[in-house]
Amino acid sequence: MRFERRTDVPWGIVALAPPGAIAAALVLCAGLIALAGVNPLAAYAEMLNGAFGSRLAVTETLTRAVPLILTGLAAAVAFRARLWNIGAEGQFYIGALFTAWAGHGAVTGLPAPVAIVVLMLGGMLAGALLLIGPVVLRLRFGVDEVVTTLLLNFIAVLFVGMMVEGPMKDPMGFGWPQSVPVAREVMLPDLVARSRLHIGLIFAILAAGVVWIIQQRTVFGAQTRAAGLNPVAAAFAGVPLSQTLILVAMLSGGLAGLAGAVEVIGVTGYVTTTMSPGYGYAGIVVAMLAALHPAGVVAAAVFVATVFIGADAMSRATGVPSFIADVIMSASLLTMLTALLFTTYRIRR
Amino acid sequence: MTLVLELEHITKRFGPLVANDDISLHLKQGEILSLLGENGAGKTTLMNILFGHYTADAGQVRVYGQVLPPGLPRAAIAAGVGMVHQHFTLAGNLTVLDNIMIGSEKLFRLVSDRAGAQRRLQEIAVRFGLPVDPSARVADLSVGERQRVEILKALYRQARILILDEPTAVLARPEAERLFDTLRGMTAGGLSIIFISHKLHEVMAASDRVVVLRGGRVVAERVTSETDQAELAELMVGRRVARPRRESQAPGAAVITAHGLSLTEGGQIRLDVVDFEVNAGEILGIVGVSGNGQAALGRVLSGLARPTRGSLRLGDLDLTRMTPRQLVQAGLGRIPEDRQAEGAIGEMAVWENAMLERLGDPAFSRAGFVRRGAARAFAKGLIERFDIRGATPETRTRLLSGGNMQKLVLGRNLAGKPRFILANQPTRGLDEGAIAAVHVELLAARAQGAAIMLITEDLEEAVGLSDRICAIVKGRLSAPVLPEAADARTLGLMMAGVWDAV
Repeated sequence: MRFERRTDVPWGIVALAPPGAIAAALVLCAGLIALAGVNPLAAYAEMLNGAFGSRLAVTETLTRAVPLILTGLAAAVAFRARLWNIGAEGQFYIGALFTAWAGHGAVTGLPAPVAIVVLMLGGMLAGALLLIGPVVLRLRFGVDEVVTTLLLNFIAVLFVGMMVEGPMKDPMGFGWPQSVPVAREVMLPDLVARSRLHIGLIFAILAAGVVWIIQQRTVFGAQTRAAGLNPVAAAFAGVPLSQTLILVAMLSGGLAGLAGAVEVIGVTGYVTTTMSPGYGYAGIVVAMLAALHPAGVVAAAVFVATVFIGADAMSRATGVPSFIADVIMSASLLTMLTALLFTTYRIRR
Repeated sequence: MTLVLELEHITKRFGPLVANDDISLHLKQGEILSLLGENGAGKTTLMNILFGHYTADAGQVRVYGQVLPPGLPRAAIAAGVGMVHQHFTLAGNLTVLDNIMIGSEKLFRLVSDRAGAQRRLQEIAVRFGLPVDPSARVADLSVGERQRVEILKALYRQARILILDEPTAVLARPEAERLFDTLRGMTAGGLSIIFISHKLHEVMAASDRVVVLRGGRVVAERVTSETDQAELAELMVGRRVARPRRESQAPGAAVITAHGLSLTEGGQIRLDVVDFEVNAGEILGIVGVSGNGQAALGRVLSGLARPTRGSLRLGDLDLTRMTPRQLVQAGLGRIPEDRQAEGAIGEMAVWENAMLERLGDPAFSRAGFVRRGAARAFAKGLIERFDIRGATPETRTRLLSGGNMQKLVLGRNLAGKPRFILANQPTRGLDEGAIAAVHVELLAARAQGAAIMLITEDLEEAVGLSDRICAIVKGRLSAPVLPEAADARTLGLMMAGVWDAV
């Protein structure tokens, strides 16, 4: 048995890879659920019910999908250019921190829509700045950005911890480590009444559209792809590699920062060190499941949100620990990577 | 004479393509057999079947009379077949000894017998005249030395039949000649060798017998001493291919001038006070042994490196500080040395590669958006005008053959009507038909008044195309000679740096 590179990849295989990978991951995890003494089909039914079974469930799932779409886009745009930004988690927190700080006082007096735009742009900028350092280090000294961006995540979360235990601590928070809440006026309006679902969902889907247009239609997008696919040939053809990579970093870090900003003014209203259940890392899974395509990112984010929201409900109903959500997500990343192998290669005997 | 290897009626299909069509051939003890054919004639497929990388649809392989089980490289190795690939399969960060030992010991052996292995390696190296330092890091070796390691790797595994796939593709002429001598010595030591090539003079120089493949079939077999290059060329291509001839024409004014051009990188002097001038309608040939500054000159003229000192002007324009994109806008055409790595992006569509150098140009972009229609039309025009076969604007570029990819690179340059063209090894690795096509285009650009610098290792090409020829040695450029005066001896002396004798 041997792998042979496909001369041409039929689009049917490309389209089938993500659902196939997800199905394979669910089959694998069915074994674990069975091991926990529960009928896997019943468990998955509970899961689907928990994620979509009621009006509340649907809005909760979509609310959860909003930051995942944005961090998924952050990973996708960076990976396209072979910039391995593993730091979306940290950029998320820094974006959230800035928004919580500015939303409490700095934007008072501005009309609400203006204030919201300022907060979101500020969150983006904060996230972008956190990624600039690693990219400059890579360009100047060849420092591996996987290491620097990953480790900055811990620094970012600890910095948020320092701020919410110190200068930004909410005196009315009963001692909880959370920041002073942002002004009521800058909270995003609800998309669906009597739910937590906010118009951030529309922003996230718009962001996916904008990213698609940038990648497919613009000179910058073409340069990004060229730089990612073959940096030597791109440089020869005159693509300014450093400049392109820095712009990609701004976009990627900005999207992750925006995820943090939107989560603050859309859901929590303040920042804590536990506000992200790993949105930044899950964004990597989302991007890979989407094969780095922006439309796929939206779908993959909804899938991951479904697993997380559904797993909670399933756990309550069946007693299978909700950690199964993490297992399903991680397994689907592995099966997707395997599926990607099959889209590039065929098996020969 | 005993037959050490017999291929019997080998057929291999890839979809509708018949890569090998009922091929039979044999190899005698102690002989060097050349397998001659153009790119795509089926040489590499055939050898991959022999070595077990592919399984034949029909036919069988016998080694020393025994049928080789298909599809098992290990069986081929055990039977004494060794293969030296065109692209080396060495780990640069390991030593020569490590590279040779890898895979030859059992995985679960606790102690690695390095001393024994080193002794055996030295013994083989002496016996076959392949001197090598076992403790040297492969990354520090020259290309010729790496090839020697590849050959030693096969010999270490007790190969008695050695297959060399285009072994000279990466070698300069003197290194290639040294290799031929080594091969002779090895056959005297009992080896039998198959030598795959599409270069006629090498086949003539190195082999005892020639089998010519064309379109997946054996079209002829000749004893080397009873044939000549012209006959082999015709057999290989199936028709007479003549490279175009340079018509004499009076050159115009100087287009590009370099004065005291120097480049120092990491303490290494790559270019040492280089002066040249190329006139309109003139081709200046640069010959030399590889690694003498050709790459540095190419990078400076492509905008990838800034000269440390000196001036480079195109008319009144100072080129020394320009980016690649500015150079293209200023009217420079650039054909890179390595078309796969530098010239085109394999995973991108043909239309994207066609416009890649002019992404910022208003012809292909408006307000930051790519004008896809214009770019596709441009690519379509290139495909028709330059006869890029098997391509549509949407084709992924890596699916093109080497020759057609080169036509694409050439086309996107020539379409801009450049005033100066840097052609760096423009025909390396191409077959005769494609070489002729590239030469026709370069000469046509010359006739229209372009100034061209041709950097090449193919002396025949240099003499055939150039109006003047310089040699580059250790980063310095010799005074030019006329092609009429450039016989093999003169060029050899020039390339050796003996300039006063010329």
